[in-house]
Amino acid sequence: MSTASGVTAVVLVMLAAVLIGAFGLRLSRTTSDFYVASRSVSPLWNASAIGGEYLSAASFLGIAGLILAYGADMLWLPVGWTGGYLVLLVLVSAPLRRSGAYTLPDFAEARLSSMTVRRTASVLVVLIGWFYLMPQFQSAGLVLRAVTGAPVWVGGVLVAVVVAVNVLSGGMRSITFVQAFQYWLKLTALALPVIFLLMAWRADGAPGISAQDAATWALPLASGRDFPIYSTYSLILATFLGTMGLPHVLVRFYTNPDGRAARRTTLVVLSLLGAFYLLPAVYGALGRLYTPELLVAGRTDEVVLTLPGRLVGGTLGELLSALVTAGAFAAFLSTSSGLTVSVAGVIGQDILRGGVRSFQVATVLAVIVPLVLASVARSLPVADVVGLAFAVAASSFCPLLVLGIWWWRLTSTGAMAGLLAGGGLACTAVLTTVVGGPYEGWIGALLAQPAAWTVPVAFIVMIVVSLATPDRVPVDVARTMVRLHTPERLNVNRGDWRPRRS
Amino acid sequence: MTEKPRREVVTSPRTQAARRPRYPVTREIDEQTRLGEVYIRSLVRTQFRLALFVCTVLGCLIGGLPLLFLLVPDLREVRLVGVPLPWVVLAGVIYPAYVAGAWLYVRQAERNERHFAEIVERQ
Repeated sequence: MSTASGVTAVVLVMLAAVLIGAFGLRLSRTTSDFYVASRSVSPLWNASAIGGEYLSAASFLGIAGLILAYGADMLWLPVGWTGGYLVLLVLVSAPLRRSGAYTLPDFAEARLSSMTVRRTASVLVVLIGWFYLMPQFQSAGLVLRAVTGAPVWVGGVLVAVVVAVNVLSGGMRSITFVQAFQYWLKLTALALPVIFLLMAWRADGAPGISAQDAATWALPLASGRDFPIYSTYSLILATFLGTMGLPHVLVRFYTNPDGRAARRTTLVVLSLLGAFYLLPAVYGALGRLYTPELLVAGRTDEVVLTLPGRLVGGTLGELLSALVTAGAFAAFLSTSSGLTVSVAGVIGQDILRGGVRSFQVATVLAVIVPLVLASVARSLPVADVVGLAFAVAASSFCPLLVLGIWWWRLTSTGAMAGLLAGGGLACTAVLTTVVGGPYEGWIGALLAQPAAWTVPVAFIVMIVVSLATPDRVPVDVARTMVRLHTPERLNVNRGDWRPRRS
Repeated sequence: MTEKPRREVVTSPRTQAARRPRYPVTREIDEQTRLGEVYIRSLVRTQFRLALFVCTVLGCLIGGLPLLFLLVPDLREVRLVGVPLPWVVLAGVIYPAYVAGAWLYVRQAERNERHFAEIVERQ
């Protein structure tokens, strides 16, 4: 792709983000405006907004790259990232909305009446947010390098600055409409080129993959990664159970008017994500045919950007490349903004003193740490790193939410022990994998895909410690259960807990 | 000749003895009586059973697929219109299946809530 059109695309998206952010300042001053505005948001808009925030660099670029590299086994990633919403729908969505919690620490406090659990949850939210932001910045660097040849760190810094400025000015995040637009932009940016790519492939005589690939790459459990069965199951567990624990996803559920709408919104989210995730596999497979050199160079994350220029060519190819580049930057910006707001909110309110000044400091912290992490980390495929963030969420917040919503005997001590055990082990595994390594053999597999052992550990610890400390069951658990589960139209006493707002 | 039964004058129905004073169920719930708790626990149990059912089906399907591919390697080679079966399932069919499952769940969960509301509101 020529530098000019690519740079134009990047500049346009950045400019749009900053402008919309500046207008957002006027449109949505306070959080309560955000709440009130949300009451009139329909499930389709709300679901588009969730999709826009959820589909990150890992979905837009990473999946296709991993499929190009490892084949059929990687199809599980999008399957899990979508299926996670089905699990979220049946186990969490309506009760969570009814809890009135705005963040995960809010939920911990509402359910367990414990400030200690609240603070632990806050620390975990921040860690998950950082693990998730890091690959966003890394891949922003990769995209900018592919477009302009700039050093890898430039793209990350660029996205970080735009996001920080945006969040500090108070815009972007609060506007459901913008995030909703991002979903449709990303879908178009990926779907439109696919049509032309497939036409070009047909015109090329619709070649098939090589016989060797057909015997290994195209088949599950034959990708050449170590311990395929263990890795596959661990990946499934992490993605299916981790989705509900992602901080930027949860906030969006608050914008539903009631529990019933929360369910319906999740149903629409599933449809939107399903439509989007039909596409990366096509890029992965075409990439295997036409851009095998990316595999040799270890730059598989660039396959989505490279294909339109390679296969279509000419002015059309140029335009499609620019479109895909714009979509990729939209992905970085929307996900990073959502995460940064969630992380900064938690740092500002629960770790610093609260108030506007703390939020500003927190925003800078929320962006700088993953930026530093991105520079010291070894280069891993973006979807793999995002998968690690899911593993931490699955081993900490999944048990907290599921047991908190459905099990009356959960105690604050039990929740605390489970969060520390599951979250602590998963975080250790992630840090070891990202900073150190690569490790060989079983140790390497266990560290690279920790969910299969950390999730059961978290559940078991939470249940056993809760049973051992029956006197620590919160006194108002019955009232909380009424609040979580009765439909809103019934006029019953739901307690008077409200999320704290700074 | 049998004696006629004595005639009695009915002045009012025996309301006091026949019925306890009844509260609306919402009040039982608000005052956290045993009865109120029974109602709430039954709602939570119904919804949890439904959720568990969906998760079990999902677990069997999703968890079963890698095992199936491992145990029946021939299945991996099956092709539908030139595309290997694993790709047809994992990159295509599974997404509409999710949506269908989610739709059925939402319908049943709302039905459960309506049922609960009817019981609670019936005086």
